Amino acid sequence: MSILIDKNTKVICQGFTGKQGTFHSEQAMVYGTQMVGGVTPGKGGQSHLGLPVFNTVRDAVRATSADASVIYVPANYAADSIMEAADAGIALIVCITEGIPVLDMLNVKAALRANGARLIGPNCPGIITPDACKIGIMPGAIHLRGKIGIVSRSGTLTYEAVHQTTQLGLGQTTCVGIGGDPIKGLDFIDCLALFEADSETEAIIMVGEIGGTREEEAADYIKHHVTKPVAAYIAGQTAPKGKRMGHAGAIIAGGSGTAEAKIRALAEAGVIVAESPADMGLAVQKAMQR
Amino acid sequence: MNLHEYQAKQLLREFSINTPRGIVVEDPTHAELAATGYLGGEAWVVKAQIHAGGRGKAGGVRLVKSLDDLRTAATDLLGSQLVTYQNAPEGQLVGRLLVEETLGIARELYLSVLVDRETERVAVVASSAGGMEIEEVAATHPEQILREYCDPILGLQAFQCRNLAFGLGLTGAHIGDLTRMLQALYKLFIESDLSLLEINPLVITDDGRMVALDCKMSIDDNALARQKKFADMADTTQVDSKEVAAQAVGLNYIALNGNIGCMVNGAGLAMATMDMIKLHGGAPANFLDVGGGATADTVARAFKIILSDSQVKAVLVNIFGGIMRCDIIADGIITAVKEVGVSVPVIVRLEGTNVALGKQKLLESGLDIMTADGLTDAAVRAVAAVQGASA
Repeated sequence: MSILIDKNTKVICQGFTGKQGTFHSEQAMVYGTQMVGGVTPGKGGQSHLGLPVFNTVRDAVRATSADASVIYVPANYAADSIMEAADAGIALIVCITEGIPVLDMLNVKAALRANGARLIGPNCPGIITPDACKIGIMPGAIHLRGKIGIVSRSGTLTYEAVHQTTQLGLGQTTCVGIGGDPIKGLDFIDCLALFEADSETEAIIMVGEIGGTREEEAADYIKHHVTKPVAAYIAGQTAPKGKRMGHAGAIIAGGSGTAEAKIRALAEAGVIVAESPADMGLAVQKAMQR
Repeated sequence: MNLHEYQAKQLLREFSINTPRGIVVEDPTHAELAATGYLGGEAWVVKAQIHAGGRGKAGGVRLVKSLDDLRTAATDLLGSQLVTYQNAPEGQLVGRLLVEETLGIARELYLSVLVDRETERVAVVASSAGGMEIEEVAATHPEQILREYCDPILGLQAFQCRNLAFGLGLTGAHIGDLTRMLQALYKLFIESDLSLLEINPLVITDDGRMVALDCKMSIDDNALARQKKFADMADTTQVDSKEVAAQAVGLNYIALNGNIGCMVNGAGLAMATMDMIKLHGGAPANFLDVGGGATADTVARAFKIILSDSQVKAVLVNIFGGIMRCDIIADGIITAVKEVGVSVPVIVRLEGTNVALGKQKLLESGLDIMTADGLTDAAVRAVAAVQGASA
């Protein structure tokens, strides 16, 4: 199995006819993702990449029975797009867009709590189950279907973890890029729970970074609820306090959110924490051999 | 984006919140005019306007009791680099002073509004320990910190304001005063897309008025596009000039104190690269995320900014080529190195699609570019290159 998506997942794209939407939808189709259509308001009835375009997500769901949506809509409109997808009954919403105002995300989270839809992102690479379904901007070719579940706040560090586990022949079940924003959809704990319950996943790599305390909460969760081996890497040990390191969520504020605190919490929970990002694959291998 | 105190107080007044009477000045003569012509009285407070806390302890906030002292303070501070425990060792330029009236203070309180990551709500925080750093209060007297969390649809309710007011030990008319103030602050926070609004201290004066004595405000950078009113409030003198230059060309750069320049795609990998340099005994000169589409043009701009830091003795380029193929990235690096005329060792680690072809191109370029095998090798080589240069 895998988590959240598989070869049966039917995907639509919001912002379908734009540059990003077009490019990454094409890539997804080449990879084998079941793309079933797209949404661009005002272009309903047209055809794009051989797929139908709809004016609204509601129309798209009615016509295609899509169960997932990927959003490449500009930041000022992306929150609205997430809520539109949730309202139309999309169960899994993947928002790639970077730069959504944080107050918009507070509203989105309140709406999602009432609705029950799952959100991945924003400001993330997306989610992939190798050889089955790719939703997002990650390079498909580096993946190998296998036994490691990966959850990460960083795009390129996810690719590093994927690359290393592919090189070691371990492969991946599903890789979830949860994104670099402070207010986001699925978090470490949600993904850890899904990986724990997934029969194909044998071990988990989680990639965190400075800012917030979700890694500490994840450490506590692992201690009590995760029986599978877990390895981790935390970026930002040399990051200065009070500076936002690229990601909106990567900031040490008021002494909280340091890499040291996260690494300590994870190590205390029995997680093998890689000292270097080059050793994430080896760390999970070590965790599996214990 | 951060605002200066005087800009934040202007916003507070627009939302009917009391602040001390004051005038912003850019030269000492105007400071005197402000005191004699507008403020009156016999004592004034002179406050250096920089984007950092800790001004008081650093001598950036001075109580003056004569015009001579006022002139001296203004002359001292204007044009100086004020160093506080919160900013960089070189400090920040004091381009403006806020000259304010003095007030008789009966009580000092603390108020802030912020986005709480844990509850995913806007939080209103209050404390009776006004004038102290809130982190210090949190560490020593956590029971003195009161919090209310706002439902985004309902906003801040009156009962929540009363919870805070009674919790602070306020009585009589002050309960209503605080409630009105908090609701105004909440409205200001939401309408302006703030990420932090802090009033520390909020004072109750001898004659019972509630006045915001100091105020810090930050705006969510992601919302600046729709918050046009802040466009002309940015003060680029408060930020490292290299960071300003990088921002202007759409790059994410943060200056650090080391001597190994870093160019990386992705924020997480950029932080990880800095960490690796440290792990192998070096010190990173900067954080720089060139983003997903690392074209020759972006790479050239990034090199220029990294090399404008005279401390840089080597540059480590670490790119995980995903959608963008490594051979194309290699072309970009070669073009950029030629165009910019890089005179320090360049160590390149490429990984991803077409990596072999990319490395081959770098080797055949005839330029002084070292290709590394993997992350660790790259960091080790970069540290060695710098140590070689200083030996």
